[in-house]
Amino acid sequence: MIKTKSANERIKCFHCGEVCNDDNISVDEKYFCCESCKQVYLLLNENDLCIYYEFDKAPGIKTKGKFISARFAYLDDVSIMAKLVQFNSDSQVNVTFSLPQMHCSSCVYLLENLHRIDPGIIKSQTNFQRREVFIIFDPQKISLRKVVELLSFIGYEPNINLESTTTQKKSNFNHQRIYKIGVAGFCFANIMMLSFPEYFSSGKIEQAGLKETFTWLNLVLSLPVLFFSASGFFISAWKGLQQKYLNIDAPIAIAILVTYARSYVEIISGHGAGYLDSGAGIVFFMLIGRWFQDKTYDSFSFDRNYRSYFPLGVTVTNNGTEKNIPVTQLKKGDTIVIRNEEMIPADAILIGGNANVDYSFVSGENTPVHKKNGDLIYAGGKQMGRAIQLQVAGEVSQNYITQLWNNDIFHQKKNEDKSFIHPWSRYFTLALFTVAAATLIFWWIENPAKILPAVSSVLIIACPCSLLLSATFTYGNMLRIFGKNKMYLKNANVIESLSKIDTIVFDKTGTLTQHNMSNMSYEGTPLTERELIAVKSVVKQSSHPLSKMVASSILIDGQNDIAVEEFKEYAGKGLEARANNLNIKLGSSGFINQSNPGSAPFGNGSQVNVLMNNVYMGKFNVTNQYRDGLKQLVKALQKNNFELQVLSGDNDSENGNLRKIFGDSANLKFEQSPQQKLDFIAKLQQDHKNVLMLGDGLNDAGALMQSNVGVAVSDNTSRFSPACDAILDGKNVRLLDKFLAFAKSGKKIVTASFVLSILYNVVGLSFAVQGILSPMVAAILMPASSISIVLLVSVLSSASARFKGL
Amino acid sequence: MSVFFLLICVSILVAGGFLVAFLISVRSGQFDDDYTPSIRMLFDDTEPSDTASASKTLTKIK
Repeated sequence: MIKTKSANERIKCFHCGEVCNDDNISVDEKYFCCESCKQVYLLLNENDLCIYYEFDKAPGIKTKGKFISARFAYLDDVSIMAKLVQFNSDSQVNVTFSLPQMHCSSCVYLLENLHRIDPGIIKSQTNFQRREVFIIFDPQKISLRKVVELLSFIGYEPNINLESTTTQKKSNFNHQRIYKIGVAGFCFANIMMLSFPEYFSSGKIEQAGLKETFTWLNLVLSLPVLFFSASGFFISAWKGLQQKYLNIDAPIAIAILVTYARSYVEIISGHGAGYLDSGAGIVFFMLIGRWFQDKTYDSFSFDRNYRSYFPLGVTVTNNGTEKNIPVTQLKKGDTIVIRNEEMIPADAILIGGNANVDYSFVSGENTPVHKKNGDLIYAGGKQMGRAIQLQVAGEVSQNYITQLWNNDIFHQKKNEDKSFIHPWSRYFTLALFTVAAATLIFWWIENPAKILPAVSSVLIIACPCSLLLSATFTYGNMLRIFGKNKMYLKNANVIESLSKIDTIVFDKTGTLTQHNMSNMSYEGTPLTERELIAVKSVVKQSSHPLSKMVASSILIDGQNDIAVEEFKEYAGKGLEARANNLNIKLGSSGFINQSNPGSAPFGNGSQVNVLMNNVYMGKFNVTNQYRDGLKQLVKALQKNNFELQVLSGDNDSENGNLRKIFGDSANLKFEQSPQQKLDFIAKLQQDHKNVLMLGDGLNDAGALMQSNVGVAVSDNTSRFSPACDAILDGKNVRLLDKFLAFAKSGKKIVTASFVLSILYNVVGLSFAVQGILSPMVAAILMPASSISIVLLVSVLSSASARFKGL
Repeated sequence: MSVFFLLICVSILVAGGFLVAFLISVRSGQFDDDYTPSIRMLFDDTEPSDTASASKTLTKIK
């Protein structure tokens, strides 16, 4: 039998913390899982950087596969370099890289001490939240390519792709917002201070022209608020009006305009002090609300298209000479070289080498597909194994996989301007104008002199800001709580869409199952220890992914590799060798049946059959490792009457296991193409379902876009997530039912705070319609309502999260 | 009472000074990253004794 040990007993890699297969690789009594981890340790050790290992335990990043420097040859290309760097001179080059692998304080330490590894690097500075490193280096001493190679070698391969070279940063925009808040805050506080004497001195300040000075100073101080800080509201309201649409900023703009207009009239005509303190307050609180809500996750990109996935450069061979060109210049008929773990950038025909293409990213299939010479290989696959040569069949933009992006769904914007707050705000505006009109008519009859003060104070006091603040702060706080639980929402509108969900569609590979965590299980005649050692020794000779999986599934104590003779590998079929005096054949059913016809059954999924001395022993099956807590999640979701569906791009070998989790009546669909997935979601929506889609790969991109809420599941957040509304850490998929319940509670909280804000408005309006709203009442009522509502919704939403178990 | 005018001017000047300081600090990027500095302060500033051996391993790698 195959011996199993719990993971705790096994040696873990000192560098990356992964479980080591054996204890072969060690230095200074420290064990490593692979040669590359050891190399990184040696490099750090030599440069006195081993404090790296003290901040966090095993902080290293496993570099998969061998380090191949040729992969970055395209960085020597001047035109590519010019696109990447921010500043370029003979003695200094500035460049910013996005490093999604950055995850702990050790990473920051190492990345900020790069100059100690290579003196050519002058300075490196990280921004942890954006997962970026800013590097200044001396081009005389080190090239851009060498910098990227160094980063990749220590495990932080920069995310360089077509997208990153065409987008620019938006930090200027963010600065602008903060300036506006700062200016508004300054003016608000000073106007407030200068207004106090007016409220509390009962007329004494009339002497010596103090009052006049104060009001005129207020007027001056209010100008920056009106023209600088509040400009965003006017622009947005004006844009809405141009499209004949009363948006949420329109009532705010009206309130601000009326407040300032009336105040200025009062001050200039010498009749009073106006409501400038309230006016500046509205702007200040609204700006803070906006900022709080729109605080985004800088390190995530929610709007990726296919350009983000493909590499920048590719190696082209021409009569034996290799050259690196940008993929955009790739033409039909070019011959390209793809090395281990590299992505195939364009649909191409295999012309040389042994291709094992991992399509898990495109189709969701679990195991690599073997391709023969002359086969068409679709873009998006990754080569596993030795380098291959391909002839390009079409340009990058005409790939099979990029065709999906031509679908209209990718050009629509969703989750915008359909919030339930918008109809509310329209009713509110309507009601407000009705009250104002009624006031006007009443005073027209009673006392026309009071028309102007009464009507304008109605418009001032009934500003919808408390209404808006309640929504912005509730959703802002909820975004924060979602983020704390590793569910990163694109914006606040997604919370509302989440609360309406009634149907949930899961992708299988990478969503329900753990990515790259397939197990091998053996079934058949039990193997003795001697036979197991022989099988393990044989498969260790092969670099085929299935061989590696078999090797790592056989756990034997101690160091006992044995000599393997007559090893032969038949590409795409299997292996043959002698070990421990056993003739061993391992491989596909077809391969085994060649030497012992009819012995190996054909089955679904990937399997490795074992033939020993021409006797069929059994087979190793690939089984998926489902995420923890999945069963409980499904139960909880079914109890809450969510309709559950599973769409898989993989074959139906997992049907049985999935039925165990989802129940016999579950809706499972296998071998779904990306387009079929998209169509399926669209069909559900035609039946008036609100669909939540969870997926991970490029093959789910269409379905994620089509669904009401598309959640990209990622084990390595911020890495390779398709365009989506939310990014969810794979470990927290089990919390999905709680996320949905929490989203539902958000609407209740906002509604509750609406009621409170309407109460405030009723109080304020009752003063206003009588024409007796004093600036002091306004100055107390406005901040009081804003602050109490902000407090209420923050406390309620945090309490609700705790109650829901988040 | 005329001292009020002076005091008000001073108070607004002082507050304005803070505003300008705030705007300058935003402009210089002090608020762009409010997390990494908290990690950075944990590291020792000690430079290694010999940086000369630094590039040795790198050449070995290639």
